[in-house]
Amino acid sequence: MKRVYVNEKWCLGCHLCEYNCAFANSGCDDMVKALKDVPIYPRIQVEEGDNINFAVNCRHCEEPLCVKSCITGALSVQDGVIFVDQEKCVGCYTCILVCPYGAIMPGPTGNVVQKCELCINNSFGEPACVKGCPNRAIVFEER
Amino acid sequence: MVIDYLSPDYEVVRNQQRCIACRVCERQCANEVHSYDPDLKVMKSDDSKCVNCHRCVALCPTHALKIVKNNDTFKINANWTNEAISEIFRQAGTGGVLLSSMGNPQPYPIYWDKILINASQVTNPSIDPLREPMETRTFLGKRPDKLERNADGSLKTDNPYPNLELSVPIMFSAMSYGSISYNAHESLARAAQELGIYYNTGEGGLHEDFYKYGSHTIVQVASGRFGVHKDYLEAGAAIEIKIGQGAKPGIGGHLPGEKIVGDISRTRMIPEGSDAISPAPHHDIYSIEDLRQLVYSLKEATAYKKPIIVKIAAVHNVAAIASGIARSGADIIAIDGYRGGTGAAPTRIRDNVGIPIELALAAVDERLRQEHIRNNVSIVVGGTIRNSADIVKAIALGADAVYIGTSALLALGCHLCRTCQSGKCNWGIATQRPDLVKRLNPEIGNRRLVNLVSAWKHEIMEMMGGMGINSIEALRGNRLMLRGIGLTEKELQILGIKHAGE
Repeated sequence: MKRVYVNEKWCLGCHLCEYNCAFANSGCDDMVKALKDVPIYPRIQVEEGDNINFAVNCRHCEEPLCVKSCITGALSVQDGVIFVDQEKCVGCYTCILVCPYGAIMPGPTGNVVQKCELCINNSFGEPACVKGCPNRAIVFEER
Repeated sequence: MVIDYLSPDYEVVRNQQRCIACRVCERQCANEVHSYDPDLKVMKSDDSKCVNCHRCVALCPTHALKIVKNNDTFKINANWTNEAISEIFRQAGTGGVLLSSMGNPQPYPIYWDKILINASQVTNPSIDPLREPMETRTFLGKRPDKLERNADGSLKTDNPYPNLELSVPIMFSAMSYGSISYNAHESLARAAQELGIYYNTGEGGLHEDFYKYGSHTIVQVASGRFGVHKDYLEAGAAIEIKIGQGAKPGIGGHLPGEKIVGDISRTRMIPEGSDAISPAPHHDIYSIEDLRQLVYSLKEATAYKKPIIVKIAAVHNVAAIASGIARSGADIIAIDGYRGGTGAAPTRIRDNVGIPIELALAAVDERLRQEHIRNNVSIVVGGTIRNSADIVKAIALGADAVYIGTSALLALGCHLCRTCQSGKCNWGIATQRPDLVKRLNPEIGNRRLVNLVSAWKHEIMEMMGGMGINSIEALRGNRLMLRGIGLTEKELQILGIKHAGE
């Protein structure tokens, strides 16, 4: 299955992926309108350290702990991609606790969680972080 | 006290309506132009630090930025221009030599733009390169003096002299590891290999990781002899003796000690932190006879298997110098015009020394033909080749191939901000800062170089086809395919071409 991978060697820590992610999932067709003067809630987040940067998003694990631990069945796997049904999510945050990558986070309201769904269900159709990465550090490929 | 305030050359204009304060500009600017004000919740910029490299403009996700020429001006004066006045203020303040980078930006004539190319109509048919064979391959080096036949009457086809085979008459010119980054070198090396052409190490030696690209590498021996050893000479496909460089004819180079770190110190074979000073002359070359000794030392060291290139800057008596080089045993002469680029040069030298490559090329080709030694050497020209039409014109004026440096760097992302000497290249090219070097992913760099040269190859074929010519060899020195426009008798005479309409 094609997944989003990050080559930390080429990640510049520019954080463009976070903004592209927030825009892609905003449901808005204008980035300025979507992101100006508001806090953003990207589903990919850049970890920064000593000269190493690394954008992290959902690994779409083959045996996902989040899905196993979900108390309401809001998390599900469809064709290898892990989706969250925000109608079913009760915001218990168990998945956030168990995810070893820190790739699930509270959504803007704090009442439900959100995660990377590879831009399958938004207007982008393909991962926006990959498309907008200026140094091809984020790739969408079979490994 | 005299107060020196120089207003910035460029202004960063931010459209606050579009800015989403994502701070990408701030993170990407090594010159620290941009900053975020948490109280006002807006991005700010300090124009005085901006070098106009366009990194922020290119990366801004909402296109909220543009950089414009600052129109603050001293009293308008055609003689004492803003630039002339500012430079005096700067030197009066520092007592230093003015430094700048890349090629001569002054408004001298560009002869390429005053030369037009011919095309066939009616009497000799043009050729469609998409349907008919078209040869862009060429060979550089000495040609045999005469054709010889075997006993059965067939032609002897093996050239007794070492030659370089190029799939297109284009090579990447010398840029040292140190002046440009590891990733820039890797991009050039990989692209040269993929394209079947050559890149040039410059005078900084060859990084151990790049020996595997040796068959597409020209190794340079310059006045500082940095990184020269037997394996290095043997690694390359050809050896270039660098006498001069178009951007700074007559002077040497100086890579400051702070850039001589780690791999660069190892590759150059000099201690970390020591200044890499290339002397202005080769201290063992004071005559053509001395040059001949170095040419033959290098040939001897590599068992006469590699062509030797001698690179000079285009200067006033370039034709006579080239004639001497052609007699020194060199296989290829590389000539670098006064617009050639550099990682750092004194501004006065860059802007005032040397001559245009178009005139130098025409003069050298003509002189070597007159002296019947044109077949002893190939001629490669550089500084500046901006597009495929320049290449077609250069070949028709007599060049065997061209060197591209600035064009190659532009393909890698360079925006010609001409601030290489600061070592803070935001595009990861002319820098050794690890966080900046990683901005150039060789995967992307390689692809863009291959794209550029492939596109130019297509265009060269189209133009040759239009002239009814189907090989580079048939275009070479074919000055009847060129016409001058707006040139004086003298210029036409030196270029050896007729005026349009003649």
